[in-house]
Amino acid sequence: MSGDPFRDRRTVAGLAREIAAVARDLPRPVTLMEVCGTHTHAIAEAGLRRMMPGNVRLVSGPGCPVCVTPVSWLDRAIALGREPGTVLATFGDLVRVPSSAGTLEEHRAAGGRVEVVYSPRDAVEFAAAHPDLRVVFLAVGFETTAPPIAAALAEAEARGITNFLLLPGNKTMPGPLAALADAVDGFLMPGHVSVIVGAEAWRFLPERHGVSAAVAGFTPADVLAAILALLGRIVRGEPGLDNLYGRVVTPEGNRPAQELLARTFEPVDAEWRGLGVLPGSGLGLREELARRDASRIPVELPEPREPAGCRCGDVLRGEIDPPACPLFARACTPENPVGACMVSSEGACAAWYRHERWAREEAE
Amino acid sequence: MCLAIPMKLVERTEFEGIVELDGVRRRVSLMLLPDAEVGDHVLVHTGYAIGKVDEREAAEILELFRRYADEGIHEFGEEPPGAPGEEP
Ligand code: SF4
Repeated sequence: MSGDPFRDRRTVAGLAREIAAVARDLPRPVTLMEVCGTHTHAIAEAGLRRMMPGNVRLVSGPGCPVCVTPVSWLDRAIALGREPGTVLATFGDLVRVPSSAGTLEEHRAAGGRVEVVYSPRDAVEFAAAHPDLRVVFLAVGFETTAPPIAAALAEAEARGITNFLLLPGNKTMPGPLAALADAVDGFLMPGHVSVIVGAEAWRFLPERHGVSAAVAGFTPADVLAAILALLGRIVRGEPGLDNLYGRVVTPEGNRPAQELLARTFEPVDAEWRGLGVLPGSGLGLREELARRDASRIPVELPEPREPAGCRCGDVLRGEIDPPACPLFARACTPENPVGACMVSSEGACAAWYRHERWAREEAE
Repeated sequence: MCLAIPMKLVERTEFEGIVELDGVRRRVSLMLLPDAEVGDHVLVHTGYAIGKVDEREAAEILELFRRYADEGIHEFGEEPPGAPGEEP
């Protein structure tokens, strides 16, 4: 049976010892980056960072979809929400994220209509039930979430529900990984993104960038096993790809989902918080779906403004750990978050706040 | 937010299925996983089945996510399993 805490603890302790042994042979101090909100959390919760030898640094990269969504995109969403007869439909994760003009929650409190949905299909149903309203679905998320959004749009097309639109904001991982590859010695690849794109999608990292990648599951032991694989490759000087989550992730991924993505979206340049505009890293709607594209509706936008003093962008590049932000655990807490990395429960600042505040105390 | 929750497929028609977790049933789209069979454990993300897992893996993922759910780590918009009132 799974979930035997003693077995888990033994495995974790054994893996930590092996990591310490391998790390002695590292040619230089290394930085390993995870790019998945659930890994961020698993590492913080299980205290894996503290188990690392001094020459192995574990950092969070741009793996939290809400965190990387730039302020300018949210500004557009809120501007669209102010258009007459318009309802914004969104995943709950976005409602407390600050834009230049406040959050979606504040927009709603000021009389704006915001429908929080579990599935993009719910937004399609809402549109079907309210043909007199324009329903704009706020499309965020990585490769895991983009296919369900594409499927919902296909359903709206098939059922002739013309008042369902998307504000395209989905993003794909290869762009930021390529942008960060020089600053990192190895990547832990996100399990559920890999379910869709397939493990082979990350082959470009060792082949083109000379950086190893390991697809990892979500238990602390899964994460440690991936770290061990990455360190082994660095020691041997053999960059490569390892799929340590083969029980769930196939080499080729989910083909029907990939085909639907290709029929719906096309790669566009997209802005990421902390990383700027990355070529081909966003999913824009294809020309034939232009009438579904809410980003084509002209609206007036404010000058984009990040919350003052927030260093979420530096956190997302792995440049600083959250306690290095002067606002961390002072002005900025999960109850009163200043920036997106604290708002989202998957953000690095939120994970550090919950489990690794010791680092703040140690720094003082 | 990229979380997908494993649930058991208990019924299906051409594009739709019913999945079950802890006795709670919910509608799921099979548009992204057309070859799923009744009895499979499928990963459900925002109302869509996106992949298959074996039973043991499903149990392991669930246990982990129940723990994380207490801290608000959940699938997009999802009422996490193991939310108050659902724990045995
Ligand atoms: S602690 Fe708060 S203010 Fe500082 S970087 Fe994180 S989200 Fe921004």
